[in-house]
Amino acid sequence: MSDTERIRKFEERRAALRKMTDEQLKARFWELCQKAVEPLVELAKTHTSPSIERAVLLRMGIDSVTTKGVVARVHEAGLLGKGAGHVVLKVSEKHKTDVRGAAKKIVDDPACLTGLFER
Amino acid sequence: MTMKELDPKEKLDIEQILEGLDSYHPPRKGWTWREPVPGGYKVGKFHYKTMTKPLARSVPLPASKYFDYIDPQPQPVITTEIASGRFEDDIRRMRMAAWHGADHIMVIRTTGQSHIDGLLEGTPEGVGGVPITRKQIRASRKACDLIEKEVGRPINFHSYVSGVAGPEVAVLFAEEGINGAHQDPQYNVLYRNVNMYRSFVDAAEAKRVMAGARIFQIDGAHNANATAKEGWSVMPELLVQHGINSAFSVAVGMPKDLIGLSTVPPCAPPAPKLWYDLPYAVALRDFFSEYKMRAQQNTRYIEADIEEATRTHVIDTLISALTRADIQSTITPDEGRNVPWHYNNIRGIETAKQTLVALDGIQELVKLDRDGPLGEMVRDIKERAICFLEELLESGGYFAAVEKGFFVDSARYPERNGDGIARDGKGGVGAGTIVPRDPDYFAPVCSHFGNSKLPAGAKKPCDPIDGCTLCKPQKIVYIDELDPSDSCHVRLEKTLPFRKGGLIKPEAEWAGDGTMLLQFFLPEEIDVARVAALEIAKKMGLADPEVINAQVMHPAEGTFLEVKGKVDIAIDKKTLKIPPKEVMLPEDELRAAIKQWGLKVVAGTVGEDEHSVGLREILDIKHGGIEKYGVKYHYLGTSVPVGKLVDAAIETGAHAILISTIISHNDVHKAMMRKLDEVCREKGIRDKIVLISGGTQVTREIARENGMDDGFGRGTKGIHVVDSLVKILRKRGR
Repeated sequence: MSDTERIRKFEERRAALRKMTDEQLKARFWELCQKAVEPLVELAKTHTSPSIERAVLLRMGIDSVTTKGVVARVHEAGLLGKGAGHVVLKVSEKHKTDVRGAAKKIVDDPACLTGLFER
Repeated sequence: MTMKELDPKEKLDIEQILEGLDSYHPPRKGWTWREPVPGGYKVGKFHYKTMTKPLARSVPLPASKYFDYIDPQPQPVITTEIASGRFEDDIRRMRMAAWHGADHIMVIRTTGQSHIDGLLEGTPEGVGGVPITRKQIRASRKACDLIEKEVGRPINFHSYVSGVAGPEVAVLFAEEGINGAHQDPQYNVLYRNVNMYRSFVDAAEAKRVMAGARIFQIDGAHNANATAKEGWSVMPELLVQHGINSAFSVAVGMPKDLIGLSTVPPCAPPAPKLWYDLPYAVALRDFFSEYKMRAQQNTRYIEADIEEATRTHVIDTLISALTRADIQSTITPDEGRNVPWHYNNIRGIETAKQTLVALDGIQELVKLDRDGPLGEMVRDIKERAICFLEELLESGGYFAAVEKGFFVDSARYPERNGDGIARDGKGGVGAGTIVPRDPDYFAPVCSHFGNSKLPAGAKKPCDPIDGCTLCKPQKIVYIDELDPSDSCHVRLEKTLPFRKGGLIKPEAEWAGDGTMLLQFFLPEEIDVARVAALEIAKKMGLADPEVINAQVMHPAEGTFLEVKGKVDIAIDKKTLKIPPKEVMLPEDELRAAIKQWGLKVVAGTVGEDEHSVGLREILDIKHGGIEKYGVKYHYLGTSVPVGKLVDAAIETGAHAILISTIISHNDVHKAMMRKLDEVCREKGIRDKIVLISGGTQVTREIARENGMDDGFGRGTKGIHVVDSLVKILRKRGR
């Protein structure tokens, strides 16, 4: 859209707003903000990231240095979509060790991730 | 482990703070506001409308000595930013700041930390900020816990949840009791070039974690008016940026009372500031009435002149008072010339405190006139912001708009200068790193955002691991140091002589840095003056001298200069002779002695001097002068010849002569003292009479060097003179 066209469109938009009271203007502003963030919230709900997964491991009582190793291994094994915490939990159940032991095992021996989610 | 409370007479013991950090957990979490005083705060002769609960210990404003040393505390939380690169020095500054009325202390992160994918550990030295690590913030929070007890008001400790490790930093902050943090995914995208998808996905998790620990959030919108060429033109966009972060925060579970808008009055004099800043402030507060306002002072236009910055900051604070500020953030006024120094943090805090106290209850006295041009300007900003959002949605939404350079364009919307910051969705730090969650995705921890499938039977997400660190802090893993050669312990050993070894060395930022500031005037044009100033500083022995401010007083007549440099001078405290503090005799004892002796004095202002106020205050009963304690006085007036005073003393049988020399040129005051001493000797009464001199430039030492028995300067009360008279007469065998 050319700039002249954009500015013409702006004048049109503004003319429509002129009739609104201050309260209506405020409501319109928030309605638009909510509309703008909807897809962003949906994206966040359905996706994760290495930092989110490390942040999960931290809350499980795993030190920051180990969280980096674990998330890298889990990512390489294609299992980040399961949740790194979920993966650590599975390893701990399978190898009858605590959460920290499982994290260490993943770093030392990434092969332990193979077939972890297959029934 | 509990530490003993701070003693106001003792320095912070940093080594002791570092002890036992591995098991230290903050006693409280979450943000706190100042406590209002129901019915208004009454102190001294005043009844304040908006002041809050006073501090247990503080340093009041300098003029408080005329007002019984009261130190009213304004309603907004007051912020100061402290981050010299060494947290062990910063915590001392935090204590000074708290005593002056700061209860929100922000720590800026070291350069580049926002691009580090993961957490840092230990206490390495930072550049332009502090590397935020568990050890650094735990030690700082522990210091704040002690300081808040000392001053009697909670301190909100604050840092940044941004960059590519946002969720981890948020967890660290939640675990360690950080009370406030910047979090705004738009900031990452626009100013840190973090990939836009990664930034928003991470932000949702970070915000949820912050909300769980009741960490107050401040957004990053104000950076647009610090970055855009004409900050005041981007006002409609600022509303949009605030709106997007606020709406996103609420949508991911953050309560509105934890959401603060970082807002800066975008203009500065010589522009007609109020015509831009006031409508903007009003428009923002209208739209965001349910959110908190964190009003920041302007940094965009700060130059090297500290006073200029301060004056702009006073007007910024006036705008806060005329509208609304829940937090008043301060800017150290030396930010335009160096990394802020200790005492400039205090200056910034005092600017906010002094202004807000002066403007107490202003909204009961003054109303904004919204029927005039203000109302029209407010409406204009709002309409432009809404049109911006409409265009953003029509162009494919937020991400598409960023790709098209909608943001931080320096023209006033809808105009465009084409200098906006455009980012590619496929580019930036951390591009391509977000991963879709599988249907069986699960995160076994609290404060987690988004789809997560709990196993059957679990009530809380952390049940399968028997509690996460947010529920069981003892599970937190503390790492002390990763690189012991770059740690606070190495630095502390070097500064030990200046902290605990009895050596006194000037400092601006760090213990023992030796930094000093010279201020002087040179009668030369600016280019010559700059060079000459450096030569003078070098001759004075200043190492690494640097002109940090030069201001033209007149193109030819001269220049005001400020030069910083370093000295390698340290004074051994043991070698100093500190004059003992005068212990005053009890008032009853003074009155009894005066009555017994029938104490009489003659007094007058000597020299060609018509000033009388100071001396009258020392004499008159009305001002608590010596008359109040029973001393009879004979006042001879102003411009009294010395001989006349001595004659009057002999005639009345006075015990003492009090002279006042208020204004002195060419040491007239000293000459007058010597003359009085001489005349008394000539007349043979010197051993019987007490000679006391007073005046703004007089000290005890100057007076005694010039033949007086005692001397008094600014701030003297009648009782000080009476105490001295009685002591001298007793010494002489009375």
